[in-house]
Amino acid sequence: MLEAASLQADSNIGTRSPPMLSVRGLNSWYGESHVLHGIDLDVYPGEVVTLLGRNGAGKTTTLKAIMGIIKQRTGSIRYSDTETIHLRSRDIARQGIAICPEERAIFSRLTVLENLRLPPALRPGGLTETEIFELFPNLSERLTSPGTRLSGGEQQMLAIARILRTGAKTLLLDEPTEGLAPVIIEQIERTIFSLKQRGFTVVLVEQNFDFAVRIADRHYVIEQGKVVDMVDNATALADMNRIRSWLIA
Amino acid sequence: MFELIGIQPKALFGQLLLGIINGSFYALLSLGLSIIFGLLNIINFAHGAMYMLGAFVAWILLNSFGLGYWWALLLAPTIVAAAGVLIERTLIFRLQGLDHLYGLLLTFGIALVLQSGFQIIYGSSGLPYAIPTELAGGHDLGFVYVPYYRAWVVVVSLTVCAVTWVLVERTPMGSVLRATIENADIVESFGINVPKLVTLTYAFGVGLAALAGVLVAPIYSVNPNMGGDIIIKVFAIVVIGGMGSIFGSVATGIGMGLIEGLTKIFYPEAASTVIFAVMALVLVVKPDGLFGRSA
Amino acid sequence: MKNGPGLKIAPQLPGPGRPGPRAGASAFFICMFVVLIGAPFLINPVFAMNVLCFGIFACAFNLLLGYGGLLSFGHASFFGSAAYMCAYAAKVWHWPPELALLSGTAFATALGLCFGALAIRRQGIYFAMITLALAQMVYFICVQASFTGGEDGIQAVPRGYLFGFIDLANDRSLYYFVAAIFCVSMVAIHRIINSPFGQIVKAIRDNELRAVSLGYRTSHYKLIIFTLSAGLAGLAGATKVLVLQLASLTDVHWAMSGEVILMTLLGGLGAPFAPNLGALLILTIQNYMSGLGGWVTFIQGIVFIFCVVALRKGIVGLLTQMFRRVKNK
Repeated sequence: MLEAASLQADSNIGTRSPPMLSVRGLNSWYGESHVLHGIDLDVYPGEVVTLLGRNGAGKTTTLKAIMGIIKQRTGSIRYSDTETIHLRSRDIARQGIAICPEERAIFSRLTVLENLRLPPALRPGGLTETEIFELFPNLSERLTSPGTRLSGGEQQMLAIARILRTGAKTLLLDEPTEGLAPVIIEQIERTIFSLKQRGFTVVLVEQNFDFAVRIADRHYVIEQGKVVDMVDNATALADMNRIRSWLIA
Repeated sequence: MFELIGIQPKALFGQLLLGIINGSFYALLSLGLSIIFGLLNIINFAHGAMYMLGAFVAWILLNSFGLGYWWALLLAPTIVAAAGVLIERTLIFRLQGLDHLYGLLLTFGIALVLQSGFQIIYGSSGLPYAIPTELAGGHDLGFVYVPYYRAWVVVVSLTVCAVTWVLVERTPMGSVLRATIENADIVESFGINVPKLVTLTYAFGVGLAALAGVLVAPIYSVNPNMGGDIIIKVFAIVVIGGMGSIFGSVATGIGMGLIEGLTKIFYPEAASTVIFAVMALVLVVKPDGLFGRSA
Repeated sequence: MKNGPGLKIAPQLPGPGRPGPRAGASAFFICMFVVLIGAPFLINPVFAMNVLCFGIFACAFNLLLGYGGLLSFGHASFFGSAAYMCAYAAKVWHWPPELALLSGTAFATALGLCFGALAIRRQGIYFAMITLALAQMVYFICVQASFTGGEDGIQAVPRGYLFGFIDLANDRSLYYFVAAIFCVSMVAIHRIINSPFGQIVKAIRDNELRAVSLGYRTSHYKLIIFTLSAGLAGLAGATKVLVLQLASLTDVHWAMSGEVILMTLLGGLGAPFAPNLGALLILTIQNYMSGLGGWVTFIQGIVFIFCVVALRKGIVGLLTQMFRRVKNK
């Protein structure tokens, strides 16, 4: 278990503004099974941070716990100076966090437009529909189709697009590139960059390490429900095997 | 042609009209049941009791407060919906996360309490409720006599079903409902108050049942057992129709009403059991129901 | 909000520190013998016999729900149709009691096979609704058919001479006969639950997909347990007819189906003999409140609600929990 302080020293970040999101000692359970054994991490405003690790390590669970979708959790999750560990997910959403889940959760009984308009604007600063269509032009062509008629890539765009309406400033993206063709992955890469430029903070769960190093500022490695390593991107690029070894062994 | 079959045309069409009327009640009830099941994943056994409650509230409004039919149409569903909010918030929501069969058992207990409670107070024999004077009488179309009140019942039921369809399938609020049925956790993560939506939906569903109760009060008398008798038939109807779509619930309800009416003409002894026989047949041939969505 | 296919009610499972099925069963059987032999000297034998009949009925239902994980809302159809069959055989065909009983049980078993085959095509909630609807069909047939006597039912059913020479008109003699039937039923249920067949049924209840992947034809097992449960319920109904000498519409009404569910829930789902306690309690309440008509149903409704919200493990489950807590101190 690495202390946050030593992680900071390792990463050469130096002095900066306080973290947007600060997780300490996060434990969580699915029914009887104890999945997270004390996650510690920090995410700074405007950063793109990835959570890497093998299948079943607890990456998706961490995102869901931050969002409050998993209800059995203990520890501390501070967002923008507010403790959220005891909040319901709808109240966490009001704080300014939004999640784009692993299955994308595009609703089959809703049209694309209905899917897009489903999340309400909870805070000022959400993108307008015009701005969203600028970012995601193909969506505007398929508005009346049922949501699940879209291709995988389009569904992923829709899933990201709709949470931009809420005014959330921190986005939790769970495996956005899973199962997508390289061309689409590039599109998603551009989208995330664009979001970063607009000042969003992004926490990304990824299996695709090569994608992760192209896009992120820092990487956490999660193994068996705990954070086992953290590197900034420069270090990761210089020493690719450091992270790869966690993912393979 | 009718002389060949040996049936008077007036009897035939009269029975068919009755079938459509019964069908409209079945449609209203199975609609409410389907919506509640879709969102709460419980089969509301108390639905029959809510139907009975609607009729009783109408009767009480008239006999204790002097408020007539038109008031009852508005107030009874509202009052029963409020009762539904109370029941959902105090009892049903405690079963969240449990096997949905517990919901069936809980609502069964609630139905028993309501039914026997009213029986203790009002006895088992039916209480009369008069047809409102504005809708009395009827019109003879030659091949059938159509009482105005019965025509009114069919029109109101079908209109309410159509309005419900529009609300669910074509409005933003309806899209929230449809989404919550598919994945409630994600919808809540968007900031939407899902528990409140669930409570309101339950209230709306039982409000529909109560409306059916008010509509039926002048036709059949108001008695505490009227809910239990009809709810089991409605269960059979939702098995036949499947609970996937609004249109399916309504179509099956009306269809079964018609089949019941036809059976009364040609083979009256089987009329009370024909719906169950159809259910058995559908189970053999198309187990997911006629309009069912598997999953 | 969709759950997975075929979710079942999970009763309490034996865990560490809890006496296993063998020990619990032996304790029960010993108590049972003592109580059964002494009962007719302390309480009204007809009441005692009624309790035994409903005890069999409730335990038969528990076999299906607690062990099979299948909620049937129409068990009255088996109880009641066997009652009518037995009554008719004894009164109209003048069959001796043992044959009348067998005919009732056989009829219920056959009916169980038919209804089970239909109901098993759907899962969970739908299964329950189908059993309810099929039972309602039986009810309506009983209302209209001439041989069931309609609203009056079949009355003054002769108890006859068991094996030709034991006069069952004597309450004491009949009591021991019914007690013997009860013992046989409890032993049968115990054997079914603890057999390899029973283990597979429990496995299907806990995780049907897994059982399928292991190669078991789960629908066959579900049908068999359903039929066994129906047959035993029929035995209870037929026996009840000999005791009360009456078969009536009450026996096939959905309220009767609800009553047996309540007895099982109150006694304790999944504990094999706990429903007997539920039967005893409910019948005692009914006995004391028989003058108060609608209040009996009202109280039953309240007990139902209370059990589902606060007492899902039943009284036996609650006692076991308390026993464990005291033991662990």
